[in-house]
Amino acid sequence: MSSAGVPVRAGLFSEGPPPRLLGSRCAACGRHCFPRADTCPYCAGDATEPVELSPGGALWAWTAVTTAPPGYRGTVPYGLGVVELPEGLRVVSRLTEADPARLQPGQAMALVTVPLHADDEGRDVVGFAFAPAPGP
Amino acid sequence: MTEAVDVAGVGIHRFGRFEDRTVTDLGVAAVRGALAEAGVAPGGFQAAFCGTAYGGVASGHKVLTRLGMTGMPIVDVEAGCASGAAALMLGAGAIRGGACDTVLVFGIEKMPKGMIRSSFFEPWQEDAGLSATPAYFALRAQRLMRTSGVTKDHLAAVVVKNRRQGVTNPHAMFRAEVDAAAVLASRVVAEPLHLWMLCSPNEGAAAVVLTRAGHGTGPPGVRLRSAVVRSHVPGAVLSESTPMSGLVDEDTPAPSTLAAVAAYEEAGVGPGELDVVECQDTDAARELLSYEELGLCEPGGSAALLDEGATAVGGRLPVNPSGGLLSKGEPLGASALGQIVELVHQLRGDAPNQVPGARVALAHTVGRGANASAVVLSR
Repeated sequence: MSSAGVPVRAGLFSEGPPPRLLGSRCAACGRHCFPRADTCPYCAGDATEPVELSPGGALWAWTAVTTAPPGYRGTVPYGLGVVELPEGLRVVSRLTEADPARLQPGQAMALVTVPLHADDEGRDVVGFAFAPAPGP
Repeated sequence: MTEAVDVAGVGIHRFGRFEDRTVTDLGVAAVRGALAEAGVAPGGFQAAFCGTAYGGVASGHKVLTRLGMTGMPIVDVEAGCASGAAALMLGAGAIRGGACDTVLVFGIEKMPKGMIRSSFFEPWQEDAGLSATPAYFALRAQRLMRTSGVTKDHLAAVVVKNRRQGVTNPHAMFRAEVDAAAVLASRVVAEPLHLWMLCSPNEGAAAVVLTRAGHGTGPPGVRLRSAVVRSHVPGAVLSESTPMSGLVDEDTPAPSTLAAVAAYEEAGVGPGELDVVECQDTDAARELLSYEELGLCEPGGSAALLDEGATAVGGRLPVNPSGGLLSKGEPLGASALGQIVELVHQLRGDAPNQVPGARVALAHTVGRGANASAVVLSR
């Protein structure tokens, strides 16, 4: 990835290292949410605080996308899945592993940034993904 | 005071691909059929509700303009895969509330080909590859396989069942049987889902004339016992609301369950009293998940219900005797009312793939939004 990359959308993740997803925590009910929300989707509370979510979690569901979906300008195949974070949150994310047979339920995953495609000026548009965590 | 509501007539334009016809043409055909069956002439209904997701501005008005039947309120309704059922709910409500004696409800659609592009997703989600709708179906399928003992063979068996049941349906897009080996040999779209395990977005229209009970002059009435639409409650990360995050709690009720529970209560029937069901089989796993979410079996019991043969025509609770969306294809705005057309024929006893003696029927859709519908009909 080029360090001159631009995030696919501002406010989704911090670049780190390690990169972290930017979520929010509701001051009233304590639940976390991603992406950040001004109003808690669970209790409709208006007092939410921005938080940086844990950089790693456990794999909960996964598949691979084999055909480019409409509007997508990157390459296929790529992984797509759900990772459980210690905050009690399940997050939908791209996965770096595109072969479902190489992943296991509960496997440790770590957030990384990945290039998605090049923009009109040749810069990498950068998104977030979870990758199998390196061994201990 | 609420009034009972009857289905006085139904009409359908078959589901498929029709290069030479506009979405308005499809709607005109279905509406003509329903009005003719109900014996309703111009001026004979007081409101019209049209379900469509991709039809564009004033889609319903264009259909009724072609028929010289305007002047009354015409309301176009978008509720994703439940659009037609949402139109039905509004039409039934207009009669129950006493505002109307007769209401026209129809659904029309001409879907773009291939993977559905939905304005639901933000541009950044498309850029990040997160708009791959079948991949979300696949994630739900994988979870069902882990929690309910469902295997890929079960997924193939759902396709085999529904494609077999669609053979006699003149309104279906696919009318050839397939075997499990061929289903499993079709290409993987998103593991564990193969191409033939996914329904095809397509084109079609369906229409229903509702009347206050006792007011109709058409064929012997089928009673609309309840028509319910529900959205999601937050928490389930793989909900049809397609959130980017959810909670680790497992007890968030699914929108389909919310709709079904309300529809059963309003109709005064339980799932054990159903004789025939049309459910959302967007993909093969979705049908099995629907068994569980609609209370057709216990949670975790969908594979056993399928294995037992209960949900095939000839079993104790046939599901998708029309062939389902896997045979018919899915024109979003029309699909929920296509189910009603099938079930009305089942309850009249004149369906092509008749479930003998069917008296109580359930129709179910669920999709983006989230939107889920449950409709109970009886004779």
